[in-house]
Amino acid sequence: MKTVDLSVNIGKLKLNNPILLASGTVGYGNEISDFIDLNILGGIITKSISLKPRKGNKPQRIVETSSGMLNAIGLANVGLEEFINEKVPFLAKYNVPIICNIAASSIEEYVECVKVLNDEETIKAFEINVSCPNVKDGGLQFGNNLSMVGKITEQVRSATNKTIIMKLSPNVSYIAEFAKVCKENGADAVSAINTLVGTAFNINTRKPKLSNIFGGLSGPAIKPIALAKVLEIHRNVDIPIIGVGGIMNWQDVIEFMIAGASAIQIGTLNFIDPTASLSILKGLNDYCIERNIESISQLTGSYILE
Amino acid sequence: MLIINSPVVELSEIQKGIFLQKIKSPEIANGILPGQFLNIKVSEGFTPLLRRPFSICDVEDDNIFLMFNIYGEGTRILACKHIGDMINILGPLGKGYNFEDEFDIAVIIAGGLGAAPFPYLARKLKDRKEIISFIGGRSKSEVIRYNIPNSLVATEDGSDGFKGNVVQLFENEIRNYFNKSIKVFGCGPNGMLKALSDSVKKLSSEDYNIKCEISTESAMACGFGICQGCPIQDANNPEHYHLICKDGPVFNINDVVL
Repeated sequence: MKTVDLSVNIGKLKLNNPILLASGTVGYGNEISDFIDLNILGGIITKSISLKPRKGNKPQRIVETSSGMLNAIGLANVGLEEFINEKVPFLAKYNVPIICNIAASSIEEYVECVKVLNDEETIKAFEINVSCPNVKDGGLQFGNNLSMVGKITEQVRSATNKTIIMKLSPNVSYIAEFAKVCKENGADAVSAINTLVGTAFNINTRKPKLSNIFGGLSGPAIKPIALAKVLEIHRNVDIPIIGVGGIMNWQDVIEFMIAGASAIQIGTLNFIDPTASLSILKGLNDYCIERNIESISQLTGSYILE
Repeated sequence: MLIINSPVVELSEIQKGIFLQKIKSPEIANGILPGQFLNIKVSEGFTPLLRRPFSICDVEDDNIFLMFNIYGEGTRILACKHIGDMINILGPLGKGYNFEDEFDIAVIIAGGLGAAPFPYLARKLKDRKEIISFIGGRSKSEVIRYNIPNSLVATEDGSDGFKGNVVQLFENEIRNYFNKSIKVFGCGPNGMLKALSDSVKKLSSEDYNIKCEISTESAMACGFGICQGCPIQDANNPEHYHLICKDGPVFNINDVVL
């Protein structure tokens, strides 16, 4: 039987296959390890970590919508210290690249987190969540401000030699501009896309269903948007793209890769089927064999537009 | 925790609008405890997107039972399943009722569909403990007595049993058991659980030997702790939420803020 090379590169980071589990949909790995062997994955992106523990938003945090869900978790996490002492040792047992997602409320906090985690051998890369409120700017999200995204990229770049992936917000008019500024400031890759801002109301009480009013929309509802954003970045900026948004099966993965993604993330699907990576890997392998594709990385940006 | 496809073997409407689905699932039946729950994928594709959490209602040999009303799209699909249709089950999930500690009398308090976990709990308790049950609803049609032993009923409109809420009825009746050690198992709407919390505090302050565990509910996505979507305030630490799916759904009533 022929073998397919499923490995992909994100800058200098080599993954055995293009399947990453998205931040916030895999915790710190322990729960999902009850369902699958984490070693089969291309990598795991941990729940956003901030310098100090965050309690997160009040309930209600989750609302199901048509073909999607809204979440407003509020970056609930154990904080850097507990992450290093309690969560990293568990992840260190696996032979799978761990990418640490970082959330912060100031540029200094992003840099501090990266500096502290830089010595952790287990952590191979950082994914920077810029869809966080900037406390010094009245709570506006960093991710909507081009110069702010540039500054964060530059500052975290100077704090580490490890791979830096900037996770881009789709709630902007022209996402390629943001990818460009990430590249110019030394990022190795971008993840596209984070969730879309949405809300939902209870028609009886006339109150928002989420305590936070607004939440992030994810799931298959956002896949066409995510694909368009990946394509937009790919056509305009020479930077590796990690595609994320509503991937539910192996066909979706292929579609993202054709549109320009070097790797992908499975997010909301983990909540419904934490074993999905197994069937997706098989589907990718079979697709490549049937089409004589020796290396899956050949698919990246292989779209034919005319 | 398992993800498993199991066939529907029976669907019955035990009273108007209340369905009982019997599913043959030895793997789940052998491992699940009263108060734990299952996260069910009601359709083959991804419409609706998320799984639906259901309390385990009862277990009999290799079969498990779910109790539900038609509340939305998911339960509508579930109610239309035919015998032989496969149901995708993720479970058993969460922490159930602790019924093995020391007490003389088991008191079940159920409000509306909060009756769902009690047939199984009663099955586990019936040979070892005296059980008294209090079942409430807004009116007669909401009172679910199914397989809950030794029950007294309260309805808010007085259409069945005691007129008033089920916690008032419990408080009236429990006066006869002052000298016994009592364990209350509660499940129902949040308003009922709040009233129960107040009642248990009051009875404790009057030197009743009483403890209480309640089953809580919340919107959730995964059911096993990764989405962090189902917080409930920790009564002992203002900076901490418990997760209903993983730390619960059953809690000591003094450990959570309702």
